[in-house]
Amino acid sequence: MGFAIKYRGGDQVIVCYFGDGAVPEGEFHEALNLAALWKLPVIWLCENNRYAMGTSLERALAQTEIWKFGETYGIPAEPVDGMDVLAVRAAVGRAVERARRDKTPALLEVRTYRFRGHSMRDPAGAVYRTKEEVEREKLRDPILLFRDRALKAGVLSEDDVKKIEKDVNDLVDEAVAFADASAEPPASELFTDIFKESA
Amino acid sequence: MAVMTYREALNLALREELTRDPNVFVIGEEVGLYEGAYKVTQGLLKEFGPKRIVDTPIAESGFTGVGIGAAMVGLRPVVEMMTFNFALLALDQIVNSAAKLNYMSGGQYNVPLVIRGPGGPAHQLAAQHSQSMEVYFYHVPGLKVVRPSTPMDAKGLLKSAIRDDNPVIFIESETLYNIKGEVSEDPDFLIPLGQAVVRREGTDVTVVAYMGMMYRAMEPQRSWPRTASPSRSSIRAPFSLSTPRRSSPPSGRRTARWSSRPAPASRAWARRSPPRSPRRRSTTSTRLSCASPARRRRCPTPATSSA
Repeated sequence: MGFAIKYRGGDQVIVCYFGDGAVPEGEFHEALNLAALWKLPVIWLCENNRYAMGTSLERALAQTEIWKFGETYGIPAEPVDGMDVLAVRAAVGRAVERARRDKTPALLEVRTYRFRGHSMRDPAGAVYRTKEEVEREKLRDPILLFRDRALKAGVLSEDDVKKIEKDVNDLVDEAVAFADASAEPPASELFTDIFKESA
Repeated sequence: MAVMTYREALNLALREELTRDPNVFVIGEEVGLYEGAYKVTQGLLKEFGPKRIVDTPIAESGFTGVGIGAAMVGLRPVVEMMTFNFALLALDQIVNSAAKLNYMSGGQYNVPLVIRGPGGPAHQLAAQHSQSMEVYFYHVPGLKVVRPSTPMDAKGLLKSAIRDDNPVIFIESETLYNIKGEVSEDPDFLIPLGQAVVRREGTDVTVVAYMGMMYRAMEPQRSWPRTASPSRSSIRAPFSLSTPRRSSPPSGRRTARWSSRPAPASRAWARRSPPRSPRRRSTTSTRLSCASPARRRRCPTPATSSA
C-alpha cells in the first residue's frame, strides 16, 4: 500500500503493526529493505512485548534491540516506552511527519508487555516467565499510568475517570450482547466472496 | 491479425494494457533494465519508464507482498516470477493473502493481481526449475489459474487476467516462447478466462490437454495408438474442467495429457469413461521430457498408453 501511495503521489502514510515474533521472519527484512530502497511512506511499528508466545526475545534474536535493524537498512529508528501513551503518540507523530517531509520509512520499537497468557492454552502465561515479572509489569499498565498522570495534571477528575470506565464497560457489554444475540452465519457464507464477481 | 511468437504476444498484451490503464504496472526481478530473464518485458522500460516497470531485488515474498498491497487499493500489478518455481518463496503471500483477502474482508478488499512467468518442463533445467506449479495453485480457493497454449491464447488471456478483479496465476512456458501463431492486433481482443476450446472435432476419443501437451496431442503419428487416429480425435485446450466434463465424447473415450505428475484425481477422471469403451483405463501422459528422439527411445512407456 505504501508503494501505491508513492505511485499515485499521495501524502498518506501507512502504519504497519507487528510483534517482536515477526522480526526473525525473512519477510520483516524483505519488507524493511524494499521500503527503505524505494523510500515508501511506511512506519514499521513493532509492539515488542518480549515474548512470541512462550519464546522470549533472548531465545529468538541475535540482536534483541529491534530498533537497531532500522540502522541496518538506513532508516530512522528509535525505541519507545510503550507503556507511556504520550511518548508513543509523540514518536509516531514524528515518524509520520518525517515520512511526509523526507519521503522515508521508519522503524519504531514500542516496548510493552502482555499481562495475560498468549491463548486459552496458556491461561496464566507463567511457564516461561515468573509471576513476579508479570506483577511488576502490571504496575506499569499504560492505562493506569495515563490515568494517574491526567489526574495529577488536573486534566481529568475522579468523576471523569469513573464515567469513562463505565462508558467503556457498557460499550463492550453491548457488543458482546449483540454478538450473542446475532444469528449464526449460514453455511452459504463459506462460499461467499471467494471471488469478486465483476460487473 | 499478425504472425508473432508466444513471447511477442505476451509483450504486446502487456504494452496494450500498460497503455490503456495507468494503474497497471509490472514488477519483478530483471523486468526493466535486463528486459526480462526470458525477454517477455523487452522494451517496456524504455516505453513506460521505471515507475511502471519496476526492477526488484531477489525477494519474491517481499515484492509479491508489494503487489498485493498495491492491488488492495486499486492498482493492477503484474508481478513477474522469473520462473514459477520461485513462487514457492512467495507462497504464503499468494495463498494466505492474495487468495483470501476478498473472502476474509467480506468483499471489502479484492486483489486485482496477475502473477506471471514461465513454468513447467523447460530445456534441461533440472528438478528445481522444471515444476508444473499450476496443480498446486489450482487447489487454492480464490485463485484463478491460466496456462495459455498458443500465441493467440497468450495475448487474449493475459489481457483478461490483467482486467480481472481477482488474483490470477498466469503460467507461461519456456518451451513455447518461440512458437509462432496468428495473433489479433485489436487492443480490445480478449479471451475470457475459464473456457476450454475444441481444437479439432472428432468421434473416437476426447483428449484434454494444455500447454506443450496440446501440441504433442496434435501430432498423432508420433504419439497416438493406431486405433485412435488423429482425424477422429477431439483436442481441447486450454485447460478447463467444466467443458470436457459436460461434453461426453461420442466414443465415450477420453484421456487427459499434461506435463506433470499424474494426480490421483485426474486418473480417476480419466477412468470415469463409460464401461463400453475398450480403452476406459486411459493413462495420463507425463512424458514431455521424452520429446527429443534420443530420449524418447529410452523412455519406458509411450507418450500415451492404454491399459
